[in-house]
Formats: sequence, C-alpha cells, structure tokens
Amino acid sequence: MKVLLRNPKREIEVSGSMQVSTLLARLDINRESVLVIRSDTLVAGDAWLDDSDDVEIRPVISGGALP
Amino acid sequence: MKCRVCREPAIIDIRRHNANFCAEHFLRLCRDQVAKAIGEFEMIRPDERVLVAVSGGKDSLALWDILLEAGYEADGLYLGLGIGEYSDASGEAARAFASDRGLTLLEIDLPRDYGYDVPNGSRAARRVPCSACGLSKRHLFDDAARRGGYDVVATGHNLDDEAAVLFGNVLRWQTDYLGRQLPVLPARPGLPRKVKPLVRLAERETAAYCVVRGIDYIVDECPMAEGNRHLGYKEALNAIEATSPGSKHDFYFGFLARASARFQDDAEAEREHLHPCRVCGAPTPAEVCAFCRLVERAGGDPTPVHVAPPTVRLGARPR
Repeated sequence: MKVLLRNPKREIEVSGSMQVSTLLARLDINRESVLVIRSDTLVAGDAWLDDSDDVEIRPVISGGALP
Repeated sequence: MKCRVCREPAIIDIRRHNANFCAEHFLRLCRDQVAKAIGEFEMIRPDERVLVAVSGGKDSLALWDILLEAGYEADGLYLGLGIGEYSDASGEAARAFASDRGLTLLEIDLPRDYGYDVPNGSRAARRVPCSACGLSKRHLFDDAARRGGYDVVATGHNLDDEAAVLFGNVLRWQTDYLGRQLPVLPARPGLPRKVKPLVRLAERETAAYCVVRGIDYIVDECPMAEGNRHLGYKEALNAIEATSPGSKHDFYFGFLARASARFQDDAEAEREHLHPCRVCGAPTPAEVCAFCRLVERAGGDPTPVHVAPPTVRLGARPR
C-alpha cells in the first residue's frame, strides 16, 4: 500500500495486509498523535488495510503560539 | 470495532472514553463535549456575540463550526502573521471556510496593518517566534473584540494544548501562570471575556471532526514552531497517554478541580497592577505594553488608524 506521511511530506510503500494498529506500530507512530485516513475516510485501529489502499497518516499535534 | 451508540462500524476509537464511534455519533460526541464545557464553565450566553480566533487550522475551524451548529452568533477573525507560504495557505483555508458558508471573517494582516511580521518581530524583540506570535494574537484579538463590540473571544485551545501548557507551568512552578490557566478568563476593563470551548476535546478529535465534516484545514505545521518546547511537552504527554489513557484529561481537569484555586492570589496580584498602556491604552503592568514595545522594536506602528474597524469582511451570514 502507499502511505502518505507528513512533516516532512513523503510517501512510502508498505507491503502486506495488516490492521491499522499494526501499521502504526511498524512505523513506530503513537496512535494518540495521528489520524489514519483511507480514501478520505477515517479508519479505526482494527480496520484492515491491503496492498491496493492509499493511506494517509495525518499528524494532529500542532505546536504554534496560542492566542 | 463497533460504535458504542448504534453498533454500526466505527471510524474512530477514543481510548480515554474506552469507546468507538461511527461518524454520526462521533460528531454528536464532539458537540456534546463542547456544550458541556460551555455550560460547566459558563462560557457563553445564548444572546452574546462571539469572535472566534481563526487560524485556518483544525481547532479554530472545528470550533467555529460547532459554535454555529449550536446556534451562536459567531464571527471569525484571522490574523495574517507574515510567515511566507504558511500564512498564505492558512489564510486561504480560513477564507474558504467563511465564504463557503457565507460567514463574516474579519482580517488583520501584520505586515500590511502594523508594519512587521512574526519572523522579523521576534528577531527585533529578541523573543522566540511563538512568543512574539502569541503576544501579537492576544493583543489584537482583544483589541478587535473591543472595537467590534463582541462580548467574548473564543479560542481553539484543546485538551492537549491545556495539558501541555499546564505541564510546562508545573515544571517551572510558574505560579502566576498557573493562577490564570483557566477555561474562562472573565472580562475586565479593556479586555473581553476569553473562553476555550474545546477543552474537553483532544486534538486528535478536533482533527477527526474536520475530516468527518469535510472541513479543509491547514495540515502542515507552522515552520516557526518546529522543535519548540510546547511540542515536546505534547509528545511526552502522548507517550503517557498511550500506556495510560485518560491521563491528559485527569491531569488538566484534576488541576482545575483541586489545585487551580490555590494559585489565584498569584494571578490576582498581577492583575491589580494593570493600567492603560501609554501608547495604545491596553491594560498593562508597564508604562508601555509588551505589544507596543514589540512593534516599535520591529520598526512598525502599534496604533495604525486604518485598522479600526477590521479591514476585510466577507458576506454576512444569513440569520
């Protein structure tokens, strides 16, 4: 599957069918700090991803100045 | 995973609630949490005019959307910070949100209206960029609310923001900051009431709210914030949250319930010494407020007459 990562923006290829939680663990990403989006739709941690999927792992942490 | 409410397939798992939700019931959860925060802390009355501090990011756009859905009269204020492509993209996101919905978006542009930008201003004032940025935002949002007759300024601070700020304040025992770290800051002479209706939502939830609602927000991080202390605190707290869900909520709301009042005297002592800034009239403990000093050092003009009222309006929202 194609996996889009951010900060910096880049795309990687991950092979094999796996659950979202497994993908995040394999990439050493804390699930508290990201959303996983497949075809513009959020997917939960137990959803299965396969080789044909385009997946975005979107960080949700913002750290700029607060008013 | 099944939605806790309807048992349909879930789109998000929220471990601190030990629950999963479908899109419909996740949106309801977000709206309910905001309504609960507004009610619990008496943030906004139904007849009040609200000015939402809009950055083009997930939190402020989610907040604006939720307040409108709840029936509040809420306009937005976008502050152009002069941070290159980042400011261009964030301004576009804020304008697109407003114009798509026929909302009123006020705009202030630091380079155009005050003669400085955040990168130059922070260098001139010898502040880190986030400090110069936050100072500018606080001053200009207060000022715009006062000029525009708004009762309250609403900001998109979420649970992660508040927990991270609390973490930093506790690390250094900044007791005056702890005394004023509240979800509501009451109005005072020269200052509007300020409220944080998203304090019961984590930023993962505000981002998810935007995705589900189809709100296009600026995803990329501000380039000036890279590596800042606040981000480090958030990562540390998320590492704790991963093994102990609910820790951020317990840390922040435990502080409000059991510790905040102990620091009120420290915060109050600072408030007692406020008087009008010699240049702009805003409340300050010094002769000239920090904002005017920043602008003057950066070579700008702290009191440009053409800024009042705020400079750009898009179509008023049908009521």
